[in-house]
Amino acid sequence: MTVELGHFALVLALALSMVQAVLPVLGARRNDDRMMAVATPAAFTVFALIALSFAVLTSAYVLSDFSVQNVFENSHSQKPLLYKFTGVWGNHEGSMLLWVLILSFFSALVAFFGNNLPPALKANVLGVQAWIGTAFLLFIVATSNPFARINPAPIEGRDLNPILQDIGLAIHPPMLYLGYVGFSVCFSFAVAALIDGRIDAAWARWVRPWTLAAWLFLTGGIAMGSYWAYYELGWGGWWFWDPVENASFMPWLAGTALLHSALVMEKRSALKIWTILLAILTFSLSLLGTFLVRSGVLTSVHTFATDPGRGLFILAILVLFIGGSLALFAWRAQTLEPGGLFQPISREGALVFNNLFLTTAAATVLIGTLYPLLLESLTGEKISVGAPFFNLTFGPLMIPLLAAVPFGPLLAWKRGDILAVAQRLMLAFFIALLAVAVVLYQTSASGVLAAFGIGLAVWLMLGALTDLALKAGIGKTSVHVMLQRVVGLPRSAFGTTFAHFGLGVTLMGIVCTSTFATESVLVMKPGDTVAAGGYTLRFDRIDPVKASNYNEDQGRFTILNSAGREVTDLLSSKRYFPVRKMQTTEAGIKTFLFSQLYVSLGDPGKDGGVVVRVWWKPWVTLIWLGAVVMMVGGGLSLLDRRLRIGAPAKARTLKARVAA
Amino acid sequence: MTRKQKRLSVIGGGLLVLAVATALVLFALQQKIAFFRMPSDIQTSDIQSESRFRLGGLVEKGTVVRGNGTKVSFSVTDHIKSVPVTYDGILPDLFREDQGVVIEGRFMQGGAFVADSVLAKHDENYMPKEVADSLKAKGVWQGESKPQ
Repeated sequence: MTVELGHFALVLALALSMVQAVLPVLGARRNDDRMMAVATPAAFTVFALIALSFAVLTSAYVLSDFSVQNVFENSHSQKPLLYKFTGVWGNHEGSMLLWVLILSFFSALVAFFGNNLPPALKANVLGVQAWIGTAFLLFIVATSNPFARINPAPIEGRDLNPILQDIGLAIHPPMLYLGYVGFSVCFSFAVAALIDGRIDAAWARWVRPWTLAAWLFLTGGIAMGSYWAYYELGWGGWWFWDPVENASFMPWLAGTALLHSALVMEKRSALKIWTILLAILTFSLSLLGTFLVRSGVLTSVHTFATDPGRGLFILAILVLFIGGSLALFAWRAQTLEPGGLFQPISREGALVFNNLFLTTAAATVLIGTLYPLLLESLTGEKISVGAPFFNLTFGPLMIPLLAAVPFGPLLAWKRGDILAVAQRLMLAFFIALLAVAVVLYQTSASGVLAAFGIGLAVWLMLGALTDLALKAGIGKTSVHVMLQRVVGLPRSAFGTTFAHFGLGVTLMGIVCTSTFATESVLVMKPGDTVAAGGYTLRFDRIDPVKASNYNEDQGRFTILNSAGREVTDLLSSKRYFPVRKMQTTEAGIKTFLFSQLYVSLGDPGKDGGVVVRVWWKPWVTLIWLGAVVMMVGGGLSLLDRRLRIGAPAKARTLKARVAA
Repeated sequence: MTRKQKRLSVIGGGLLVLAVATALVLFALQQKIAFFRMPSDIQTSDIQSESRFRLGGLVEKGTVVRGNGTKVSFSVTDHIKSVPVTYDGILPDLFREDQGVVIEGRFMQGGAFVADSVLAKHDENYMPKEVADSLKAKGVWQGESKPQ
């Protein structure tokens, strides 16, 4: 009965979404306040209904109600409670439900915070949000009903895929979806502006926080996913250029570009039409990502044949929204007034440079991801496009972009002086050169690429700090005044510094791990040792252990330092899940400052030993710490007073009071 | 600079970046991709060219032999032909007899396939999609090996 309640709430949400999709937009055209006013309560109610439906599915999971097919296929009564919760979105139907839940959550947020938006804009934005919501709710109700029953109900479920039984599933998909779906708000604002034929700096001030929030979550979601794959899959890799990863990386690249172009639009009201286009493209890439992951098209186009309903349905949504919004753009973009002028060498110019490289890079990733699909559907030839392709195309595009990052924030708006900026960055440049020289000296000719990579990372980090130091007035005033100035800087200035610094940190981690990691694969018997990164790893024994829903062979190791003293122990194991007849590797990882010792267990050899794979990953954690620093930057920008409508007045009175 | 010159310089710069990116992509698509083959698709030219590609199929029953240390050899089959493979490293968790695998590597002289990576897909289904499709196309598909 409860389960049917969830299904009913979902259908009701669909019906109400249809109302929200039509009435407010009509109202905005006819200037009818009462029709426009439908949008806000409708958005709240749709959210409440979907939340109810989600809660019902969750309770079915927690109570192990195996009469629900979805629960039967993805849960087990003996599964730990946490995975009963997270298992809700560890499958196709549940994850689509999470998708629309987050979509309706964002609509509700717009409805809640949008009281000072022009009524017509708000009505249009919520209307467009509801178009997306209607399409995806229809998809769920028609092809992916999570509440389908089986009769008679089985006694036990099939359990969740063991790889997904991890804390990563609790964090990664919700964060990724908050990012993906967060860009829907930017999309809705862009489409609403096109419908309205009007766009101004206030529009950009509205769009930027949403972009920032979505970007923040997407950054976190991708970084979390990368770390999860790193420790869970036992291959020691943190990025595979897998199409699923690319699917999340493309919106991130476009979203990063959008973040920067929205800045130009807000500050200088230039690049209006481009920003609108970018907002549409970013969400289109999010939709494409959803399509690639959810339709099963990824490794083969023929998956349509096994599941024609779903794949074609999402493809139809994709074509409708991307095609429709681009057509609307082509038709209406002319009506928008062109914005301010600027010299090629200026802050605006630097941000255009950023956008150019980011979008081109996103395009190369898109080609690398879609080319195998197109080739297969056209010629039947199956190919794989992997890391070699992306290293050759994506890599070279990133180098000029990263090299230019420190210049951007230092250039003046409208007309910049690149020589003066170069002078100010002199110190950062020389220290970066020094880093290159030191690495070259240490590693000889083999490390040329690594040396330049590390130099680039140092350049990025110091460049970010230079910006902050100059804003504080370094060299011009006393330390005391400088500190006061730093405290008084707007939070968005710190945001830029943190975000760019974090980029440097991530780059540092990538370069160090890719070039200086060591790997050894060997057969070990109890008592055997192997050297890794200045430490010695000793294999002690294997203990069989039984847990609630799996059996485990725990390999116990001891780590010794160079003096031969025991530092810590390490556990690496193989798990066997009887219900799914699946084996997983639980890698043993110990962190030493930023570096990690990574041990994964293979199969037993025939002479009593066991195959062990040992990696030393120098500075690998910087990859994800850098992402965290970027997120802090995004968060600081988001908290900036100027982004809160109406807040500037408050800030001024505050300052006046301080002055008095 | 006049407005027109400014616009031209921006557009020119943009086109330059696009041209470089296009050239890189075209080059990479010729050089850096790996073709996918099933055992019975393999031509003699594939064996002679020594170029890298992906070999997909099922791990043939009774052919997995563990050698010294981490060396292992097995055959990959599509029930029409089979190809002997050697590999030095840790096999993925999902690797087992009669299950689908995708192997990346190249043929060495003498016709043995030397793998440098063995993938058993980490998704919900045991069968890598390419392998399943090809088996269906060849009419030797034996149904989805669903977990119980």
